[in-house]
Amino acid sequence: MVTPLGCGVDVTWNRILAGKSGAVRVEHFEVSDLPCQVACLVPRGDGSDGSFNPDDWMEPKEQRKVDDFIVYAMAAADQAIADSGWSPAGYEDQIRTGVLIGSGIGGLKGIEDGAFTVRDRGPRRLSPFFIPGRLINLASGYVSIRHQLKGPNHAVVTACSTGAHAIGDASRLIGLGDAEVMVAGGTESPVCRLAMAGFSSCRALTTGFNDRPLEASRPYDRDRDGFVMGEGAGVVVLEEYEHAKARGAKIYGEIIGYGMSGDAYHITAPAEDGDGAYRCMKAAIERAGVTPHDIDYVNAHGTSTPLGDEIELGAIHRLVGDAADGITMTSTKSATGHLLGAAGAVEAIFSLLAMRDSVVPPTINLENPSVETRIDLVPKVKKSMNVDVVLSNSFGFGGTNASLIFRKVA
Amino acid sequence: MSEIAERVKKIVVEHLGVDADKVTENASFIDDLGADSLDTVELVMAFEEEFGVEIPDDAAETILTVGDAVSFLEKNTA
Repeated sequence: MVTPLGCGVDVTWNRILAGKSGAVRVEHFEVSDLPCQVACLVPRGDGSDGSFNPDDWMEPKEQRKVDDFIVYAMAAADQAIADSGWSPAGYEDQIRTGVLIGSGIGGLKGIEDGAFTVRDRGPRRLSPFFIPGRLINLASGYVSIRHQLKGPNHAVVTACSTGAHAIGDASRLIGLGDAEVMVAGGTESPVCRLAMAGFSSCRALTTGFNDRPLEASRPYDRDRDGFVMGEGAGVVVLEEYEHAKARGAKIYGEIIGYGMSGDAYHITAPAEDGDGAYRCMKAAIERAGVTPHDIDYVNAHGTSTPLGDEIELGAIHRLVGDAADGITMTSTKSATGHLLGAAGAVEAIFSLLAMRDSVVPPTINLENPSVETRIDLVPKVKKSMNVDVVLSNSFGFGGTNASLIFRKVA
Repeated sequence: MSEIAERVKKIVVEHLGVDADKVTENASFIDDLGADSLDTVELVMAFEEEFGVEIPDDAAETILTVGDAVSFLEKNTA
């Protein structure tokens, strides 16, 4: 994974457990006329101390052709494939291994730049790499070429549910026999003037914390006022269970449930009754064959918007009923910001690590909850606890919802 | 090496990420320098930009080596 907390799973996990935030004031482009001036940026550097050095993951001449979402996907996929120990060498293994990496909006920065090129210098000056460097499915394309993965090559585009849908859909492809192994996840590099202006214009971003970026993402807190845009990628290697067992793979967990639903309500606002979120989680639970009492930890969508956080919380209360006392729920977006199409994938990884290490990352900046709840929102400090079953939620613009349920493998 | 050849070489090194000593007169962009068809389109655009000329598509198709580019530009730049 590549996140605003660092490059790699270990550094990100250690920092999120320590209660760190990845938010900063944006300084690499003009923000003085934007209502939101903070974002969660991947820390760039020479690769030491958890920094992200793009040259470690893609040749400079290739980086020039693509937007950062592809570079982040390449880095996250390299890490995931190396960690999995699965390197399909022969043709038969290659054609049984696919890629499904999505993105919410793809190469918006490159589109912004390309539009200026055509307007100011004419169409003949537009690079032949303009299109392939921006297309969302080119993350999957680049990864498949580097690792010679010749199975299904696919991409998901469902706004902020992308990462969860990608992992869920990839698990379905394995279940249906289309592939034995799927490299799946989400990636995003939205932090540019065009996206900041656009998300500001639809009143989604925080505006009141421009001078205090570390405090800007504060899910469930009464002073929250919008999400903090983030960038990065999360990629996992999914594998048919017996295939993984047979080769002695390191197994972080099993996907036992995947639910989807549509709000059919509004293009950007979540349905106020939370019915879409409720049905999505319910579908995942039924698929998993578990009860609300079995769920130890919920990795919430929790973006720090005034409306969304409480609607999700209400939907969870409706779902779990009297099991609420036993539920622990946190929003890791309090630390990473909202990675849009990468969020669901990054949060799936956090869910798996919570099971592995028996610890739940905190909801930082939660000083004064805006509503009372019997669910433990783990304010500010991580919580050590046994985690056998995790529910991870992602909800996106357009009213698109996805829930994943993971179980620890004994 | 002519001044034009030096400028061509610099562009090729930058765009294809190859060592300067591989960029010889007879080096083919595709066969020797690892370019694909899109790289060659971008190279021609870079030559147009650097030398302020327009290279029509039919002429661009004949520019296959470093030397082809240098001789075209020597003939077509003032």
